[in-house]
Amino acid sequence: MTRAEIQKIVTPILAIIIVLALWEFWVWYMGWPTYKMAAPSDLWPAFWQYRELFFINAWQTLWRTVVGLGLAVVVGTILGMIMGLSRVMNDALYPLLVGFNAIPKATVVPVVALIFIGQHDFNTILVAFMISFFPISVSIAIGLSTLEPEYRDILRSLGASRFTVFWKIALPKTLPEFFGALKVAVTLAFIGTNLVEIVTPHGRGLGSLFDSGRIASNYPLMFAVLIALAILGIVLYYFVVALERIFAGWAERRPT
Amino acid sequence: MRRAYRARRFLHGLAESVEERMRKLIEIENVTHAYRTVAGPLPVLDNLNLSIPQGKFCAVVGPSGCGKSTLTRLIAGLMFPDSGEVRLHGERVRSPRKTVGMAFQNPVLLEWRTILQNVILPLEIVAPTMAKAQKEARARELLAMVGLEDFEDKRPSELSGGMRQRASLCRSLVHKPDILILDEPFGALDAFTREDLWQLMHKLRAEEPFTALLITHDLRESVYLADQVVVLSGRPATTQFVLDIDMPGPRPIDMLYSTQSVDWLAQLRDQIEIAQGRGAKTEGAI
Repeated sequence: MTRAEIQKIVTPILAIIIVLALWEFWVWYMGWPTYKMAAPSDLWPAFWQYRELFFINAWQTLWRTVVGLGLAVVVGTILGMIMGLSRVMNDALYPLLVGFNAIPKATVVPVVALIFIGQHDFNTILVAFMISFFPISVSIAIGLSTLEPEYRDILRSLGASRFTVFWKIALPKTLPEFFGALKVAVTLAFIGTNLVEIVTPHGRGLGSLFDSGRIASNYPLMFAVLIALAILGIVLYYFVVALERIFAGWAERRPT
Repeated sequence: MRRAYRARRFLHGLAESVEERMRKLIEIENVTHAYRTVAGPLPVLDNLNLSIPQGKFCAVVGPSGCGKSTLTRLIAGLMFPDSGEVRLHGERVRSPRKTVGMAFQNPVLLEWRTILQNVILPLEIVAPTMAKAQKEARARELLAMVGLEDFEDKRPSELSGGMRQRASLCRSLVHKPDILILDEPFGALDAFTREDLWQLMHKLRAEEPFTALLITHDLRESVYLADQVVVLSGRPATTQFVLDIDMPGPRPIDMLYSTQSVDWLAQLRDQIEIAQGRGAKTEGAI
């Protein structure tokens, strides 16, 4: 490994350790009991005690987030294509989407829970999807509608079909914007999943573990769940980054 | 007897006209076109006439916004005129065809492909069944001709503006188009790079003759590159003046400083001023 590579790994780890140390010191300095603010050293015992629950619930949260996000990618891309390729559809759909996106999803959760009563997996996926498809469709729509006409013309002048132009030029050209939006969407989907898990009492997912910590006044457990959520969020985010490297790595400027 | 005579005469006339038409690769006849805008129709071309014989290089100059780019889109079959006819090989243009190559001011290379793969792009559309190795060989041949043989595997972002434009020219020529449409391809380059590319155009023409229509704002460029310079009037554009640059290639760059060229440039300058509607020194153009 080169120096630069080692530095790339060591720097964030160091930053995390520093933050944890400051947090620990702060709690110790203020003399706070665990029911006011847990210190990092309280978290590991809490996690270890409930480690099985952590893994079961993390898996619940993870798969529902990923399915919701997958749905958001499919539907968001289709909506984005419709809006990006047709001006009329763009004018028609845009205000609707903006309005839909402006509705706080916390208010949607009880509505969805009432409509599809008892369908906890479905509800969770639905909310994760609803909260995360918007940035994807907007980015795809903008990417497609701002395609310079010359790009289209080099292929259209050879008699290429609209689909060929889309497949060979418009789609790959939109990929960097798509992945930018996906990085936002992955975090949003995660929030959506947890929202449902915390608000509706079904006892599944890290959100519900958080809620049981709250009910049992087990503050270290609540904090441990928050850290687990953060780790899961980081894992999902970097998974998207890895996909971006593979499919849109060309958009990264190489040092020349 | 009489009928046979008439038939023979008809066939003869037909053969003659086909030959005549073949010689004129592009014919634009009485083309009028207007864009439909919110504020009403915006006429851009008015009774425009233009013809380019096989193998000739035609430059079109005119004031800004006079409809020169519309002209390229009409020839490429990307648009159709309100009235009049655009013909390629004597055949009316009704749709885009595979025998056109285009290059623009913006080289529009695909950032996710290497230079070689960018040049191949038109072949993927025009000759989908051609073997990959064959496509690559053809692209390599052109890239070597423009001096990019060491940059085949680079990304467009790793190249300078002039090199990107060279790659763009290769892409427009890779499928051996009948007609090359150049919409100000050298407009955004610095003066020295531009002169390099002008000379490159002559070299390419010498190696692989093609017919070209060049849209430009640069009168020196038009005189150096073209066999025929057409001045369009201000919008709506019509053919205002045609200048034949009678000088067989390859032309040395210092031909631009000859008395003859200075005279041509002066004539064109006057015509542009007329087209812009001011300071007409020579009246009487159409």
